[in-house]
Amino acid sequence: MKEIYLDNNATTKVDEAVFDEMRPYFCDLYGNPSSMHFFGGQVQKKVDEARNRVAALLGAMPEEIIFTACGTESDNTAIRSALEVFPEKRHIITTRVEHPAVLTMCRNLGKRGYRVTELNVDSEGRLDLDELKKAVDDDTVIVSIMHANNETGVMFPIEEISAIVKEKGALFHTDAVQAVGKVPLDMARSTVDMLSLSGHKLHAPKGIGVLYLRKGVPFRPFMVGGHQERNRRSGTENTASIIALGKACEVAGQFIDDENTRIRSMRDRLENELLALIPNGRINGGKAERLPNTASIAFEFVEGEAILLLLSEHGICASSGSACTSGSLEPSHVLRAMGVPFTCAHGSIRFSLSRFSTDAEIDLVIRELPGIIRRLREMSPFGREFLSA
Amino acid sequence: MWDYTEKVKEHFLNPRNVGDIKDADAVGEVGSLACGDALKLFIKLDGNKERIVDAKFQTFGCGSAIASSSALTEMIKGKTLDEALLVTNQEIADFLGGLPEEKMHCSVMGQEALEVAIAKYRGTEVKVHDHEHAAQEGEVVCKCFGLTDQFLKKVIAANKLHTAEQVTHFTKAGGGCGGCIPKIRELIAEVFHEKVTEVQKKPEKLTNLRKMQLIQDVLEKEIRPQLWADGGDLELVDIAGSVVQIAFRKACAGCASSGFTAKFVEQKLRDLVADDITVEEVEG
Repeated sequence: MKEIYLDNNATTKVDEAVFDEMRPYFCDLYGNPSSMHFFGGQVQKKVDEARNRVAALLGAMPEEIIFTACGTESDNTAIRSALEVFPEKRHIITTRVEHPAVLTMCRNLGKRGYRVTELNVDSEGRLDLDELKKAVDDDTVIVSIMHANNETGVMFPIEEISAIVKEKGALFHTDAVQAVGKVPLDMARSTVDMLSLSGHKLHAPKGIGVLYLRKGVPFRPFMVGGHQERNRRSGTENTASIIALGKACEVAGQFIDDENTRIRSMRDRLENELLALIPNGRINGGKAERLPNTASIAFEFVEGEAILLLLSEHGICASSGSACTSGSLEPSHVLRAMGVPFTCAHGSIRFSLSRFSTDAEIDLVIRELPGIIRRLREMSPFGREFLSA
Repeated sequence: MWDYTEKVKEHFLNPRNVGDIKDADAVGEVGSLACGDALKLFIKLDGNKERIVDAKFQTFGCGSAIASSSALTEMIKGKTLDEALLVTNQEIADFLGGLPEEKMHCSVMGQEALEVAIAKYRGTEVKVHDHEHAAQEGEVVCKCFGLTDQFLKKVIAANKLHTAEQVTHFTKAGGGCGGCIPKIRELIAEVFHEKVTEVQKKPEKLTNLRKMQLIQDVLEKEIRPQLWADGGDLELVDIAGSVVQIAFRKACAGCASSGFTAKFVEQKLRDLVADDITVEEVEG
């Protein structure tokens, strides 16, 4: 069965051009960039080129780019570094809807004596910046707030947030794993101190990430050892994946307009037609500013895993905010923080598009999903009450 | 993705006996929208009101909840009420070729709906555990999912569950805020007549040898497992009088908050061994 892949916030297909770019660096050009011979030196040049390409997408300087193994490592490194740089400060601010790479870290630090503030969101998933203003104080060491939410695509105004944070002298980190390549970034005009991105969310392979570190921002490495990444992240470079990420960033830059026009209109069409065809559905975060590729739709009286399994029968790959898909027993922390009612939270489905998504794929979802929801509602005691009412 | 058996998939994609029975003799309802799954079971009896001639269900829930409901209705048809009551949740799971352990609560829900239906038909006390229904038996242990001690003890005994995690997989109890997990451990101990391991009391007076042994004990049994949970570890380097020297390993080594962890180790040793202990972090 051919996959209809609409789960690009989970991971993406490696672009063929990206794979072509990395392929020679396994069996042929396998040198270590640190080596003092031509064979390693030529790899060093490609790593430098990749760094330039990543920097170009972010509007950053090449020396502000630190290659890591994943978004989680970048997030962990940013927070740990801030705590080491300012050991006397004991307060951390984040949000209730953060990715576990940040939230679990902060909650663990909370158990170890740090004061942790988790900012609330409203029913559309938006922050109240006044709550942030009240929370940030002289004891605040770092504020870590995501750029765009992985489940709903809701975006936070990171520049306004950064301005508030800087006023109090704290560091600001943003997890931009879902935003990079989908919305334009210009770190040269930004005040954000640190930013995380992940390769496999923008058509590079899994296992490569970046921590953007603004020039002049004090830093302590998480991984220590050799001199790689200017002593900021030791360990022999993952050369092939770094080179792949460079190419992926270059291509992403070319597709950013496409992302915000063609992909956005496909996403909007998917949402509008599904809501027109299926009663009692709602868009999670629909009134907020959102990523152009993400649709999180809640259907009342049905359960998400059952929807996904039936979609999967048609080759359609999506994901769910329901409890049953994750092995946890409560619906997603993001939807709960938004106060999405239980009647909807269990039946939330996320479709996330990419530049490889097509109108034909969207058509298929629009054709199949209404029947799936009807079938499950007819099977559900609550759905039957609703249908007969 | 869950590793569902072919039989689970088949019963999910083609569920048997979905619907309702207008003149049902017995109806059992368990679960709620908040819980994430719910089952309404209808039973029709023969003329003598003995044998189940038809069973139908409506389920709100995941793939395995729907498959378990379908399996249950197939299993009880043709049985007398007393025979049907002997169906265990394990038999429902076995009928489907097994369920992932995290999904065993789906089979428990099926068995429970059956009990509720039959109890209601017979006019006996209805043992409904969820918080949307008024009838409660026992004390509510898990507030998130509204589960009572009586219900949990029954499932623990029937399925021989020995860890709180298993109880969560089978009943959901403890799967929300997690606040009731200590109580679940007590219930397990109660069911199997085990003694709850008492919190270690600090001894009055210690010889040096005993003190060293106790320090090692507390590090091994109390402290290191907690560090492992966060990916860290420590090693005991030396004990000189009341000074305990430790070296951090794994995630704790070079961790920004290792100073704090050292304080935590010190406090734990003071609580459980002796008040005068100080902990020093050394390179080692």
